[in-house]
Amino acid sequence: MTMELDVFVGNTTIMDEEVYQLWLDGYTVNDAVRVRMDGGVMEECEASADVLLSDTMDQYRTFQMCERLLHSPSKLGNQLLFQIPPHRQAMLIERYYTFDDGFVREVLGKKLSKGTKKDLDDIGAKTGVTLKSCRRQFDNFKRVFKVVEELKGPLVENIHHHFLLSDKLARDYAAIVFFANNRFETGKRKLQYLTFQDFAFCAGQLISNWTVGAVDNMVEDMDVDLDKEFLQDLKELKVLINDKDLLDQHKSLVCTALRGKTNNLNEMETNFKNLSRGLVNIAAKLTNAKDVRDLFIDLVEKFIEPCRSDRWTSADVRLYLTHYNNSVHLLDTFKHQVVWNRYMDVVKSSINILHVRLDESEGLSCFMEKKKSQRWGSCSSCRSPHSLAPGQTGGGLRDLFWAPTQPGRQQPVGRTHRSGRRRSIRKKDSLIAARGGLPHL
Amino acid sequence: MPGKLKAKIVAGRHLPVMDRASDLTDAFVEVKFGNTTFKTDVCHKSLNPQWNSEWFKFEVDDEDLQDEPLQVTVLDHDTYSANDAIGKVYIDIDPLLCSEAASVISGWFPIYDTIHGIRGEINVLVKVELFNDLNRFRQSSCGVKFFCTASIPRCYRAVLVHGFVEELVVNEDPEYQWIDRIRTPRASNEARQRLISLMSGELQRKIGLKVLEMGGNAVVGYLQCFDLEGESGLVVRAIGTACTLDKLSSGSAPNTNTHMHPSTAPASNACNSPSKDGKEPVFGEDMTSTSGPPTPFRALPTTSSSLPPFSPSKPCSRQSSSSDTDLSLTPKTGMGSGGSVGKEAGPLKTLLRQQTQTALEQREFPFFTLTSFPLGFLVHVGGVVSARSVKLLDRIHNPALGGTRSYKLLDWNSVTADEPETRDAWWEEIRQEIKSHAKALGCHAVVGYSESTSICEEVCILSASGTAAILNPRYMREGCLDIGITDHRFEEPSPPSCGFCHIPYDELNMPFPAQLTYCYLCRRQKVPDVLFTTINLPAEAAVTGKGCLIQARLCRLKKKAQGEVNATAISNLLPFMEYELHTQLMNKLKLRSMNALFGLHIQISVGENMLLGLASATGVYLTALPPPGGIQIAGKTPGDLSAEHHILTIQKRINDTIAKNKELYEINPPELTEEVLGSPVPDSRQRSRLFRSHSESSDEVSELDLSHGKKDAFVLEIDDTDAVEDIHSLLTDAPTPTGFYSCNTEIMPGIYNWTSGVQMFTSVRVFRLSNANLTNQGLNKIFTDLCENLLKSFYFKLRSMIPCCLCQLNFTVAVPEEELIQVTVTAVAMTFDKDQNQEKTADKPPAKGGNETEEQLQFPLELCADPSSANCQPASKVSGVPECSNFSSRVSSLERSSPLPEGRSRSLRSNRSFGGISVTVVKMTPLSFLPGTRIIKYLGIINMFFIRETTSLREEGGVSGFLHTFIAEVFSMVRAHVAALGGNAVVSYSMKECMLMENPNKNQAQCLINVSGDAVICVRETDQEPTPSTASIGQTCTSATDEAT
Repeated sequence: MTMELDVFVGNTTIMDEEVYQLWLDGYTVNDAVRVRMDGGVMEECEASADVLLSDTMDQYRTFQMCERLLHSPSKLGNQLLFQIPPHRQAMLIERYYTFDDGFVREVLGKKLSKGTKKDLDDIGAKTGVTLKSCRRQFDNFKRVFKVVEELKGPLVENIHHHFLLSDKLARDYAAIVFFANNRFETGKRKLQYLTFQDFAFCAGQLISNWTVGAVDNMVEDMDVDLDKEFLQDLKELKVLINDKDLLDQHKSLVCTALRGKTNNLNEMETNFKNLSRGLVNIAAKLTNAKDVRDLFIDLVEKFIEPCRSDRWTSADVRLYLTHYNNSVHLLDTFKHQVVWNRYMDVVKSSINILHVRLDESEGLSCFMEKKKSQRWGSCSSCRSPHSLAPGQTGGGLRDLFWAPTQPGRQQPVGRTHRSGRRRSIRKKDSLIAARGGLPHL
Repeated sequence: MPGKLKAKIVAGRHLPVMDRASDLTDAFVEVKFGNTTFKTDVCHKSLNPQWNSEWFKFEVDDEDLQDEPLQVTVLDHDTYSANDAIGKVYIDIDPLLCSEAASVISGWFPIYDTIHGIRGEINVLVKVELFNDLNRFRQSSCGVKFFCTASIPRCYRAVLVHGFVEELVVNEDPEYQWIDRIRTPRASNEARQRLISLMSGELQRKIGLKVLEMGGNAVVGYLQCFDLEGESGLVVRAIGTACTLDKLSSGSAPNTNTHMHPSTAPASNACNSPSKDGKEPVFGEDMTSTSGPPTPFRALPTTSSSLPPFSPSKPCSRQSSSSDTDLSLTPKTGMGSGGSVGKEAGPLKTLLRQQTQTALEQREFPFFTLTSFPLGFLVHVGGVVSARSVKLLDRIHNPALGGTRSYKLLDWNSVTADEPETRDAWWEEIRQEIKSHAKALGCHAVVGYSESTSICEEVCILSASGTAAILNPRYMREGCLDIGITDHRFEEPSPPSCGFCHIPYDELNMPFPAQLTYCYLCRRQKVPDVLFTTINLPAEAAVTGKGCLIQARLCRLKKKAQGEVNATAISNLLPFMEYELHTQLMNKLKLRSMNALFGLHIQISVGENMLLGLASATGVYLTALPPPGGIQIAGKTPGDLSAEHHILTIQKRINDTIAKNKELYEINPPELTEEVLGSPVPDSRQRSRLFRSHSESSDEVSELDLSHGKKDAFVLEIDDTDAVEDIHSLLTDAPTPTGFYSCNTEIMPGIYNWTSGVQMFTSVRVFRLSNANLTNQGLNKIFTDLCENLLKSFYFKLRSMIPCCLCQLNFTVAVPEEELIQVTVTAVAMTFDKDQNQEKTADKPPAKGGNETEEQLQFPLELCADPSSANCQPASKVSGVPECSNFSSRVSSLERSSPLPEGRSRSLRSNRSFGGISVTVVKMTPLSFLPGTRIIKYLGIINMFFIRETTSLREEGGVSGFLHTFIAEVFSMVRAHVAALGGNAVVSYSMKECMLMENPNKNQAQCLINVSGDAVICVRETDQEPTPSTASIGQTCTSATDEAT
C-alpha cells in the first residue's frame, strides 16, 4: 500500500543506527530497504517490505531534518526540536563526521575548494564511495577547516570543542586541516603505499613540533601554520654538511655507535654522507612553500629509497636515525642543538613510519607470494618491524600497531573497498588491516 | 481587583538570518497582553541576542488574565521598510493563577511562525502578582484547577465529586471572514490561533465559575474540543467533572496506594455536619434491606492508617430544595425483585437526594468524564450507552432533519448571540438520550463520558457515549447517614474484585435479552455474560490472563448529496454501521476467548462519499464473568458437500485461532463445576450492552436489539460471499508479535511490573483511494489493512523496547477529502519486566505504575546516558541533569534563565558540553502516570493550538515532510512550555485534532493541531522527599551523578 502521507514522530526521537549508517553512506531509500531486507531485520519483528519502507522513509526524513543541526554540533545539544538522549547525540555527531579512509586519502593535502569538489564523482568512482557520501565528507572537511582556521588555541582541542568529536576523530580532522592548509603533496605514485593514518601520524608530529603552537600556545592558526622562524633557523643546519670536519666527526661518531649492532654497517658508512646531505638539504629548503609541499616525497626519495636499495630493515633505519640524531649532541662546535632536535624528532618518526609501511607493503606482497605456495607460512621480513615498533615510537604510533589481528578477514592495505550492508563492521576491519594487523595472519 | 503580570525578555538564540547582506539579524521583541504592548531595544547584528530587558508590567483584570495569552513577537528591525516578523510565542499564563501550580514561567520557548515553523528560541520570564478578589459577582474563576487526567490526580484526594460541567463558546472563524481575502495567510493563521487561545481561555474561565458555584475547586477529566464548522463558525466546547480536591501533603503520599481513598472524607464530614442530613431520610423504606447502625467514623480499613489527618472540607452552602428531578424515574421495578436489586435501591435514592443538593447542571446530567475511579466509587456497571445525532450546519436551508430536531443557524451578523444556545440545545438533547438509556439499564449515572463530532461540509454528526453505572454516593454528598450502610453493602455481598460486574438492572425485567449467571467469583449475584464499557479496567477487578486491543473497522459508501438529503442518507446508514461494528467487536472478542471490553470508543467519521467507523477497545477475560462460548459456523445449504467441507475448514481455523489466542493471552480460567453455579450457561447468547439511537429514532423504543434475533448467538451463517469475506476478515487480524502487547486503556490488564522506558509517539497516515468504483468490501479491506499496517509498523519501530506494551492506543479516523482516508494514532510504548510477570496476580492492587515496586531503580531508560557516554558529559552538575528527568527542575530553569554567551571562550573551557546549556528532558505520555515515578506536583493544564501552512510543499519534503516537521515542532513547543513551568513531564497528553489540508498542485498545505495534557513534576518513586525543595534537588542531583559515574 503506498501512502499519500506516512509519518511517525516519537517524543524521544527514534533513530536506528543501521539506517543512519546507510543514510550516511548515501544509499537511496530503496537501496537502503534492500540492504535492510538482506540483513534479516524483517524476521526480527514479522515485518513486511511495506513496513520496512515506511520506517526507512521516516528515518531518512528525521536524519535530513537533523542534518542542519549536525553542521554545528553544539546546536544539537540545546535545540528543542528533537529530544535526543546525550549519548545518542554523541553517536549522531561522531558518525556524521566519520569519513572513509580511502576517500580522505584522495583529497588529503588538496585545497578544499570548489575545484576539488567538482572532482568528487571521480574520487567516488575510484574509492567506491557514493557521491552523496563523498560530498558529506568533503563538506565536513571544509566546514571544520573554516571554523578552526581563525581560532586561537590548540587545533585538536578546538575541533574537539566545536564539533564535539571524540579525541581520535578530532586528531584525524586536525591532520586533514593541517594537510589542507600546507598543501602537502600526498598523491604521487611514490607515496601511494601510505594510508591516511600514516599521514595523520606524521601530521601529529609536525603539529606538535614544527608549528607556531609548539612554542606559543595562544596565537591564531598556531597549529595550522608552520613556524616561519623555525624554518628560517633550519638553514643553519647546513653547517653539518658544509663543514667538512663536522661532517666527518659526525660520521665517525655514528659509526662507532653502530658498530656491532647491525649487519649493514658497511652500507651505512658508505651512505652516511649521502643520507645526511639529503636530510639536511630538506631542512634547509623548507623556507620554500613548494619544498614544504614536497616534504614527504623528498623524505622518500632522499632517504627511504637509498635505504631500500641497500636492503635496510626497519630496525636498521631506526637504529641509524637514533644514533644519527644523538651523535650531533656530541659535536661541540655545533650550536644549533635545539633546532636540530626539533627538526629531527619529526623526521625520525616520520621516516620510521614511512619505512615501516614500505616494508609492510612489500612484505605483504612477499607474504602473498609465499602464501600461494605454502599455507599459513609466516613472513619473516615483516615480523621484525612489528616487534620493534611499539614502545619505541610512543603514543601516536603505538596505537597503529595495537590492532588485534583477526584471521579470516583480508583487505588490501591502504584502500577500503566497500559494498554491501555490513559496512560499518567491515570498515573497522579494513582500518585494522590498514594499520598493519593483516600480516599477522 | 486586578492582578499584575510581569514579563522579562532575557535572550534569544539560533535566530534565523534575516539580513542576507550581513548574514545576521537585528532582532527586537514586542510583548503584548490585551491591548498593551511593550518593546525591547533592538539587538543589532546578532543571531544570539541578549536583551535582558526590564520587567514589563501589565495591570489587568483577572478575567483577562484567564482569557488572554501573553503574546511575544520577535521581529527584525528594518530601518527603511516594515519590520519583518520572525515568529511568535503564545504563553498561557493560567498556570500562574493557581497558587498550587507553577509560580513562575521561565525558560526557552521555540519562536514559532505559522509559515516557517520554528525559527530560533527565546528566553522569557513571566510572573503574576494576584490580589485577592472578594467580589462575589466576579467573572473570573482563578484558582480552580484543571486536569486533563480522567481520574483523581495522583497527589490529590477527592473530598467530593460534584459532577458534570459543560460549556461552549462560539465565534466566527477568522478564516472565513471577509478580511481574510485581503490579509496574508500568516495574519489569518495568527488571528485564528489567537482567537482559539482566547476562546479556550474564556471557556475555561466560564467552566471555572460553574465549578465555584457548585462548591468545587477543580475540574478533572477536562475535555476540550474544537468544531471547525467552516462558514457557520467555530465552536469551542468542553466537558469535565467538577470535584473538591484536597492536596495530599507529599510527605505522606502513599507510595503503594496511588488511588486516593477518600473514604475518610465523608466520615469526618459526617461528624461535622450531622444536622444538615437530619432532614434527609425521606426514602427510608428503601433502606430496609440494609442493616446495621450507622457508623460514621468507620472508614475503609485499607486507607485510614495511611492518610494524614485533614481538615474537614468547608460546609457546603448550596442546599437546594429536594424537589424531584427527572431522575426519580429510576426503575421502580427494582423494589419487587430479588434481594440483589433491592439493595441497589438504597444508594440509588441517596444519590437522588444528593442530586437535588447540587447545582442545576449536575441535576440534569449525572455524568462523569472520569475513566478511573477511587476504590469503591464504582458500584455496578450496566454497559455502554451512546447516542448520535446528525445535524445540518446549513444556514440557508430551513430546519429539515428529524422534524423538530434540527435548528436553523441564523445569519452571523444578526444573531451571533443566539448561537451558543442552539449548540447547547443539540448537546442537551443528546445528553438527555444518554441519560434515559442509562436509566433503562437501571443505572443512575454515566461514567467515562465523552462527546465528539464529525463534520463534513454542512453535515455534522454529534456523538456521545459513556458507561451506565451505579456509583457510591459517598463521594457526591456531604451527608453521612448511610455511610455505614454503604460500607456494609460493600463489604458483605460484593467483593471489589467482582462487584462492579454485577448487574444493576432488574433480572426479571431486563432492558434487553441477556443471559445471566451467578458471579463466578462470589457466586451470590448475577452477572451478564459479556460486558462492554468505556472506562478503564478498575484496579481492583479480577482478571484472567492478559488483555489485547480489539478493533472493528468499517467503511460504508454513500452517494454524494447535499443538505437534507445527505443528512438523511447518513442517519439511515448509522444504525447499520453500529450494528456491524458491534457484531465485529463481539466476534473478535469471542475469537480471543474474552468476555469484556474496556475503553470502548466508537468513532464514526463522515466524508463526502463514505462513512468510516472505527471501534477500539481492550478485550479482557473478567474472572467474574462466564467463559465465552466458541464460534459456530453454519452453512445455509446443508447437503452441499463441497460447501460442508468449506465450512468445516473454516470452523477448524476458527477453533485453532481461539486455542492459539487462549495461549497467547494466558487465559486459563479455573474450571468450575456446574453445580456450583446457580444457572449454568450452556450456550451463552449474544446481546448488546450497546444502546444507540439517532435523533430521528429516539422517540421510538430507544433500545434497538442488536442481537442476532432469537438465533443462537455465536452461529455465524455463511449464506453469501459477503459473509465468507466477513469471516475471513475476522481471521486476518495479525496477532501481536511476541514481546508486544497492545491496549487502548491506560494499562494492560495482566501486566503490573512496568519499568521506566516510555516512548510516546504520534503517527499519521493518509491513504488515497485510487480506484473510483470501489465496493464496500474493497473499502473495508483497505481500511482494515491501513489500521493493521499501522500497528505492524509500530511493532517494528519499537522493537528495541521489547518486552513492551502499547498503551492508550488512540486511533482517530477522518475523511479529509473525497478520496482520502486519514488515520491518526497517538499512543505510548512502555517497557515492562517480563520475569516478574508470572508471580504477580491479585495479591497486589493491580493498578497503575504508580504503585510500582521499589526495586525498579533504573530511571529513564531511553534517555539515560549509559556510563560510557556519561563520561563525555560536562563536569558541571547542571549539564549532567538533562538525562535525569526526575530532576526537580527549578535548577535547570535558573540555569536556563541565565544563558551563557555562546562564545568561543566558553566552548573552549567546557568539556564536550553539547552546547553547555542543558535542555530539560520532558517525558510525555497519554496516561495519567509515568511508570516508576511519582507525581509530586501538577503545574497546570497545557492546551495548545497551532496552525502551520506552507506554500513550498515540495521543498519541505512533500506532505510527509511537512507534517513530520510540524508534529516534531508541536512536541517541542509542548516540552518547552512544560519545562518553563518547571515541569519534567506531561501526563494525560492527547492530540485532539490533527487536520490536514493539502493541495499538491498548488504546492500548498495547511495543518491544524490541538494538543492538551497536564504539566507535572515527577520524581523517581524511590526518592523520598517531603517537599520539592532544594533538599530534593540536591538529592536527585547526587543520585543522577551517582548514576552517571
